[in-house]
Amino acid sequence: MSLLEIREVTHYFGGLRALYNLNLTLEGGELLGLIGPNGAGKTTVFNLVSGFYTPTEGEILFLGEGLAGLRPHQVTARGMARTFQNIRLWNSLTVLENLCLSQHYQLGYGLLGAVLRTRSYHENERRIRKTAQQLLEILGLSHYADELPKNLPYGMQRRVEIGRALSLHPKLLLLDEPAAGMNPSEVDQLIDLVRWIRDEFNLTIWLIEHQMRVVMNLCEIIKVLDFGETIAEGSPAEVQQNSRVVQAYLGDEEVAYA
Amino acid sequence: MRRMIPFLLYLLVCIATVAGAQAGVFNAYVQLIIMYVGINIILSTSLNLINGYMGEFSVGHAGFMAVGAYITSILNVWLFTDSSVFGPSLLDPSSALYLFPVTLLAGGFGAALVGLLVAIPSFRTRGDYLAIITLAVNYIVKSSIENIQVIGGARGFMGMRNVVNSMKEVVDVPWVLIWILVFTGFTVWVLQRLVTSTYGKGIVAIRDDEIASEIMSVDTRHMKVVAFMLSSGLAGVAGGLFAHILGYINPGTFTIMKSTEILVMVYLGGMGSLSGSVLSAIGFTVILELFRPLQMAKWVVIPLLLILLMLFRPEGIMGHRELTDVFPWLRRFLAPQERRS
Repeated sequence: MSLLEIREVTHYFGGLRALYNLNLTLEGGELLGLIGPNGAGKTTVFNLVSGFYTPTEGEILFLGEGLAGLRPHQVTARGMARTFQNIRLWNSLTVLENLCLSQHYQLGYGLLGAVLRTRSYHENERRIRKTAQQLLEILGLSHYADELPKNLPYGMQRRVEIGRALSLHPKLLLLDEPAAGMNPSEVDQLIDLVRWIRDEFNLTIWLIEHQMRVVMNLCEIIKVLDFGETIAEGSPAEVQQNSRVVQAYLGDEEVAYA
Repeated sequence: MRRMIPFLLYLLVCIATVAGAQAGVFNAYVQLIIMYVGINIILSTSLNLINGYMGEFSVGHAGFMAVGAYITSILNVWLFTDSSVFGPSLLDPSSALYLFPVTLLAGGFGAALVGLLVAIPSFRTRGDYLAIITLAVNYIVKSSIENIQVIGGARGFMGMRNVVNSMKEVVDVPWVLIWILVFTGFTVWVLQRLVTSTYGKGIVAIRDDEIASEIMSVDTRHMKVVAFMLSSGLAGVAGGLFAHILGYINPGTFTIMKSTEILVMVYLGGMGSLSGSVLSAIGFTVILELFRPLQMAKWVVIPLLLILLMLFRPEGIMGHRELTDVFPWLRRFLAPQERRS
């Protein structure tokens, strides 16, 4: 059984075709990159995969199970976590609370437990807090634990968001433009971090990225989208040589020189 | 042992208040104000859960209060008194003594069910649109009651005084005051524990970023149902208590005006601050009493207060902070195990 299977997915927004006939299979353990010019439909793919949109046509299977009819938090609970293009942390909660709250699907207690402060409440809160603290520690964020995310430097916010995704114990991690807005040294750190996370947590990582340095350095397979259609797929070297990719990014030769 | 300190302090305040009322230190008027303070604390803290913690804008809190007030009153009058509407009492009038909290919670439960009228639309809509829905629910409740003639329609419903009297016949203490104190403490206790648990922070998560919350494994629909039902349920309990202060209620009490009054208390105290809501409910009730000679000019003063507040301190007196954040030394007594940055 493959980890993720996208079968002939087509998605429309009203009359606009955002995605056409997308096929993809992840067996597990890959580091896949999804690239394409602005508006190519990359984030739409992530929104479909994380259950936020339901595809107009086709189906998506995660661990052999169809995602149709599942709400995003149910998809997440099955082992899929993501980060967002524009960081979406909970800004009125501290970094530690952010990493605790993302374990909401496996709290182990409910309203009554919270109000009565039962033994199970205390045990579970301790467990959740411990997981969060351990993650902060290995990501080198411990001293930010009690800060509000909005007060952190940009690169650190990205790191917290990755930490929050990891606290969900995912099997598949989706990173939506993790290097956006980062300076070169932050980008270097990110590349190391992503590679290290993949080995440490034994994850399958799928990332969307604009910065070629990140994609070419990190990814083993790259899929290129343009206007919702797959125009190329292969290793970084293959994709770089592909004329359709060059065309999509730089335009036609004649046009370019016109 | 330290964890018991807030509880013991509150118990002390309650005993002092009841003893004061019993000994005649507080006359009937002062007692009345204390009772209104308690009810306003329940109303403002419970509305703060929606408007402050969850970040939605509910303007129909009085509607839920009305549901609770009518259900509790009808149950009490039906069960414990001989009335022209329901005939002779169903149970021994003295049993009101221990069944009163049960009927109160029944009223709260009824109000919580009506709260679903807002909770379910909130799955699909939010912000201004949801605010209009809460307004509509407030009117639906009020107009429905006005049109049910059996319970008095627009003329109102009475007979709760007899219920209170039959409780007093058994043991002569100010029962309504006592129950108001008990449920005020209960409300603040429940809400405080909810919003400081990771479970309850799911409500705050919705305010910060609903989409991210849903994708980050928070069941937002579940949290919305919990928040709306708990908030409206507590408002219903407040309504039930309110009905027994004067022994008379009419639908005209539970209009958008009343809802606005509660909103003012929430915004005055500060969004997402329980202690702010408690303080502002106390302050607001007392100030209103001082303004009583002004009569309807109160409706010039309250909105004016709102304008000034929005201009100069839009986040309210406390604004997302608790008393323990402003005065950290209080933490030693009030919340020894809590920690916030």
